[in-house]
Amino acid sequence: MTLWDHLPVLVVIIPLMAGPLCVLTEHPRAAWIVALAAAWLSFAAAVVLAAQVSDTGTISYHLGGWEPPWGIEYRIDTLGSYVLLIVTAIPALVLVAAKESVVHEIPESLIARFYGAFMLAFAGLAGIVATGDAFNVFVFLEISSLSSYALISMGRDRRALTASFEYLVMGTIGATFILIGIGFLYMMTGTLNMQDLAERLPAVLETRAVRAGFAFLTVGIGLKLAMFPLHLWLPNAYAYAPSAVTAFLAATATKVAVYALLRFLFDVFGFEFALRDMPLDHILMILGLAGILTASLVAVFQEDIKRMLAYSSVAQIGYMVLGISLASTTGVIAATLHVFNHALMKGVLFLALGAVVYRIGGVTLRDFAGLGRRMPWTMASIVLGGLSLIGVPPTVGFITKWYLLLGTLEQGLWPVAILVLIGSLLALLYVWKLVEAAYFEPVPEGAATVREAPWSMLLPIWLLVGANIYFGMHTEVTVGLATQAANELMGLRP
Amino acid sequence: MNFMPGHFNYLVVVFLMMAGFYVVIAQGNLVKKLVGLGLFQASVFILYITMGNLAGGQAPIIAEGVTAYSSPLPHVLILTAIVVGVATTAVGLALVVRIHEAYGSVEEDEIHAEDLAQDEAPLDADATREDQAGQ
Amino acid sequence: MKGNLVLRVVSKFLIPLIVLFALYVQFHGDFGPGGGFQAGVIFATAFVLYDLVFGDGSARAVVPPGWLHRLAAVGVLIYGGVGIYSLLAGRPFLDYSALADDPVHGQHLGVLLVELGVGIAVFSVVLLIFYAFSGRSSRR
Repeated sequence: MTLWDHLPVLVVIIPLMAGPLCVLTEHPRAAWIVALAAAWLSFAAAVVLAAQVSDTGTISYHLGGWEPPWGIEYRIDTLGSYVLLIVTAIPALVLVAAKESVVHEIPESLIARFYGAFMLAFAGLAGIVATGDAFNVFVFLEISSLSSYALISMGRDRRALTASFEYLVMGTIGATFILIGIGFLYMMTGTLNMQDLAERLPAVLETRAVRAGFAFLTVGIGLKLAMFPLHLWLPNAYAYAPSAVTAFLAATATKVAVYALLRFLFDVFGFEFALRDMPLDHILMILGLAGILTASLVAVFQEDIKRMLAYSSVAQIGYMVLGISLASTTGVIAATLHVFNHALMKGVLFLALGAVVYRIGGVTLRDFAGLGRRMPWTMASIVLGGLSLIGVPPTVGFITKWYLLLGTLEQGLWPVAILVLIGSLLALLYVWKLVEAAYFEPVPEGAATVREAPWSMLLPIWLLVGANIYFGMHTEVTVGLATQAANELMGLRP
Repeated sequence: MNFMPGHFNYLVVVFLMMAGFYVVIAQGNLVKKLVGLGLFQASVFILYITMGNLAGGQAPIIAEGVTAYSSPLPHVLILTAIVVGVATTAVGLALVVRIHEAYGSVEEDEIHAEDLAQDEAPLDADATREDQAGQ
Repeated sequence: MKGNLVLRVVSKFLIPLIVLFALYVQFHGDFGPGGGFQAGVIFATAFVLYDLVFGDGSARAVVPPGWLHRLAAVGVLIYGGVGIYSLLAGRPFLDYSALADDPVHGQHLGVLLVELGVGIAVFSVVLLIFYAFSGRSSRR
């Protein structure tokens, strides 16, 4: 085996090993360099892996040389390689911007350990995507969750502590539910390998234990996903976490949970059972729509912009859930596309908020007064990210909304389509509040003169803005991958 | 009538799970919440461990004269889950210690009251924020 | 606990036994019940007992917290290092057969090394958790 055959495991191992190395350096700058190098290496591995998967199809990697289903298998298919791209690209970019903002927001003695926890969270998220073993999903989920509790609690406001505690309680309940669900599946089939589960489950689908396991898994992943109404931990956690952590988690953590939901619903249980025999499609559709409308509405009334965007994240998760609930190829394409696209737009927005915190010190609506003149480049990126959030062409937001509308109209669900459009209008309202404050209000009297954010922050922000527009105009790559992933998901059990 | 003895372990699991869950929801004290969370997790450990048992099975070490072994896999899985549980409790308690240092209380309602008081005095909040920024 | 003579004498007698038992569990782990996690916890309890009996912070003089941070990281790195070694030797990640010419010998060596890494990491993390809580009360 050459090094190229080891990429499925390297994507996870590089950040996992970088975590303890960061702690060992005990030096802020050195830890940052280790983390940055590992993140970019991991991203490079994910890119090559995506190319390999599109060339040769699904890659299966046997840990320790043990054959599945006895050994642990890492399995990368189109969906996995697609999500891995975003999960590795975002931390690589966030870390570039993090150098300045972390020095600004975290006490110096903690910075090395901060990067250690950051890399562990990264490794956990990449692991969930790479693994083909149900129990491994739980372990990696807890690795990423435990390190994100620590990361969130490092926020400057003391409310970061209570937010982190709330997240810990809800997250642990969610993870334990997932553990129970996996336990029931193991009890009925005697296997933990997802492919093997998919083969053995049809014989026992009608038993109560499998149905209970299905319910536990869905609710558990729903908690991690912040699916309405299980989203209560999310706004505070994102609002009070350090800026770099918010940008990283908002763009990746919930996306990986969506990935886990797709994996279990479509691959393990098969969508016929998950969305047709169980009435989950109706439940998910109602919850998705309720999430879109209520969270967007709450976002409109927020004064703290980080909180506003956190509520907007809950709404965006609603779009993904809605896409899944359609149980059609177009719907799944919309959901997987939105996983990618939402990471791009929220990456821009939260990184730009990090730059605002760095220069202004806060991100309430008052801090935004006149910001368009004080930090023109940062504010311009927020506007472009906001446009993507609303779904204005030629941004990526438009592409997902388009596929979502196609999916709903395909099934004649025009009331749902109208509600989706109303959700976009609400997004327009809260983005407009920002634009109004930034460009039409004067700079407050006596405010200190503020320079534009440093280039190390602007560079990743504008790279992501470029991605937002590039993938909005050249849809072949993303839509192509999403279509193939959706076909694989829908086709496994025709 | 066979239900009780045959499913005794599940009854224990369900009782523990609901007791833990209730404590997490109903208690305002953060430490007690963590105790409830621990109970909730422990119930799942029992679910897994009893699942691996085989009537008349021996410990899974090869020995002469033994033909039936209990499945070792659930135990290995749950060892991992116990480690996760220990880590969760440690992180949770560490957070409670820091919350106590920041708020002077570990009661949920008192913490909320302090947060509300801080919201109603936004000028003070700005002042503390500038203090922090200045440091 | 300055006055408790019995407690101090008994724990002086017990602590070496606990450490010895931890080492037994550690190195017996590759062919019997035991392993790094259990051994690490037992090893740490010896130091916890020492700290409890001989007064606040006395274990810190023996094993300073700064060391433990490094040890925890080193433990994880040993584990990962074994995996990466087998990966560089052209075998799948964590395939212990790559560690020696003879696969059976390799498996033994691999389990021993990995459990050593786990033991070191668990020992230092458990003791760190204890320090993190025991140090707080004396400071306030």
